Amino acid sequence: MNIPGPLSQKPRLAVYKFSSCDGCQLQILELEDELLELAGEIEIAYFLEARRQALPGPYDIGLVEGSISTPAEERLIRQARKDCKVLVSIGACATAGGIQALRNWADIDAYKKRIYPRPEWIATLDVASPIAGYVYIDFELRGCPVNKRQLVEVLSALLAQRRPHLPTYSLCIECKRAGIPCVMVARKTPCLGPITQAGCGALCPKFNRGCYGCFGPAETPNIAALGRFFQEERNVSRPAMVRMLRSFNGYLEPFKTSSDDYEQCIQP
Amino acid sequence: MDKLPLHIVRRPELDRVFGLLRDNAYTLIGPTRRDGVIQYSEIRSLADLPIGYSDRQAPGSYELVKSETPRCFGFVHGADSWKRFLFPPKRRVFGASRQAGPKTPFDIDDLRSPPPAYAFVGVRACEIAAIGILDKVIGSELLDPFYRQARDKMFVLAVNCIEPGGTCFCVSMNTGPRVTRSFDLCLTELGEEFGVEVGSERGAALFKQLTSRPATAAEKELFRLLLERASERMGRHLETEGLPELLRKSIESPRWQTIASRCLACGNCTMVCPTCFCYNVVDSTDLKCRKAERWRYWDSCFTLEFSYLGATSVRYEISSRYRQWMTHKLAWWHDQFGTSGCVGCGRCITWCPVGIDITAEAAGFRETAPPRAVPLTPQQQAMPS
Repeated sequence: MNIPGPLSQKPRLAVYKFSSCDGCQLQILELEDELLELAGEIEIAYFLEARRQALPGPYDIGLVEGSISTPAEERLIRQARKDCKVLVSIGACATAGGIQALRNWADIDAYKKRIYPRPEWIATLDVASPIAGYVYIDFELRGCPVNKRQLVEVLSALLAQRRPHLPTYSLCIECKRAGIPCVMVARKTPCLGPITQAGCGALCPKFNRGCYGCFGPAETPNIAALGRFFQEERNVSRPAMVRMLRSFNGYLEPFKTSSDDYEQCIQP
Repeated sequence: MDKLPLHIVRRPELDRVFGLLRDNAYTLIGPTRRDGVIQYSEIRSLADLPIGYSDRQAPGSYELVKSETPRCFGFVHGADSWKRFLFPPKRRVFGASRQAGPKTPFDIDDLRSPPPAYAFVGVRACEIAAIGILDKVIGSELLDPFYRQARDKMFVLAVNCIEPGGTCFCVSMNTGPRVTRSFDLCLTELGEEFGVEVGSERGAALFKQLTSRPATAAEKELFRLLLERASERMGRHLETEGLPELLRKSIESPRWQTIASRCLACGNCTMVCPTCFCYNVVDSTDLKCRKAERWRYWDSCFTLEFSYLGATSVRYEISSRYRQWMTHKLAWWHDQFGTSGCVGCGRCITWCPVGIDITAEAAGFRETAPPRAVPLTPQQQAMPS
């Protein structure tokens, strides 16, 4: 992350929404203990999910939720980049394309015809993309949704002009620190934890489920090794491997290419 | 064998031991059954122990099963080790706070919060060896006062392993299965009763308050047989003869790449290892920049950040990270601390999600090691060994 120059006396915050479910914006509103403190430190200038009044830019910090899926969104994100000193994409949609990026593997015109009575009225881009596919992003906060603690860490770091400290290693490390028994070893449950970035607090393993990979690929994920183990030892089929990799972060490398590889081997 | 100072107590006496320890302000930590595995957590009485359960362990596989004999300690261990209590996975080192903005004075709090006095129940021989290794690594008051204090206060109620697990190899590492040192009281399950050995003055003072009788010659013979049989039934074997030299010679071996094709670099092995001691220290500030905290976390040599120097991680390849872990554990540890870093507990084998077996990998290097070590560079030669 580039440490920006000094922010304004009371930095101005903008929160943008693109194609998304609003869940990451709700994580900001759910910062119940910190929200008043946050409002004291920064001016919440543009945050339509929270207040109707929208103050014009420029802004010091922009948080971006959602993927870029329409021409209008493309125009808006380019304007947002011009308006914000620091732009942070938050959540799987903004950092990876999100669940809607699954359409990138499908025929979008067929979808339009099937769903809308007047498909010609639908203006959409060929693919749903992460924000970084369009503009320079200063920092990416992973997760579906983002983790509240991590959000506070990023905002605190920006306000203190220090680097945020967020892990990029595997979920396993967070999971074992928390004393959760490995679901792969003790329950034979396929789990994406070993190839997924930590940050959620090992939410699913805590409830005896395998990790779904909401936080995207860890720093050096050995997908091939895990995939081979799943197929050989856990009876996970190739189509199932494709589905496991193509969820919230399926359009993010190296999940994307790996899922393509598994898919191409079924239909050679 | 008749000189063996073995006493016999009946099973309910164990509840008295727990009561006496609690009366002496100890926090009792022992094996409990949680989420289908053995976990060390706070216990109060005999009923909290996983009586009648045993574990089946294999590479990448752990299963807790109902056993026919209702033993109190009929299992080996889960992923947890006592490291979790002596050297906690997350610990607030200190905090600082100030009332006003930048360049104003601040207060520092909680520099030395003392650990509780733990009584560890069911400590195995390999685990005592592991604590002995941690003593050498982080045991000094300067390095980790919390560890030192917890270590000095702790009461060790050890248990001899009479049924080793499928991934155990303490015999190879010369750390078990019999508990021979650094314990207060040691139990051995002899049918419905416990054989008790006293290992310290603290242990003796507690033992005096129990109803016991000396063991008969037959019971001593049973004790000997059970431990002998346990030694013969290790699930794994690691040939340690010349092992550090072997690994030194194998530094450039292509086998590291072969292991890396399976290794997930997830770090599970380091988290469950009872002697892996690496940590990271992380500072954080709050939104107002009035409060700062310093936290210490368990770290792992399998993360990129671990070897991040200047501009990049110097162990980018997974092969180089596995090599760092294994050679440190089995070879460089000897140079650094005068002992192997491995106690043969088998946790890294059981809890590796894909079942990589350190004993099998070490044996593999015996087949392929070159006859001589890779020559040292002039820089390495200049370094004191």
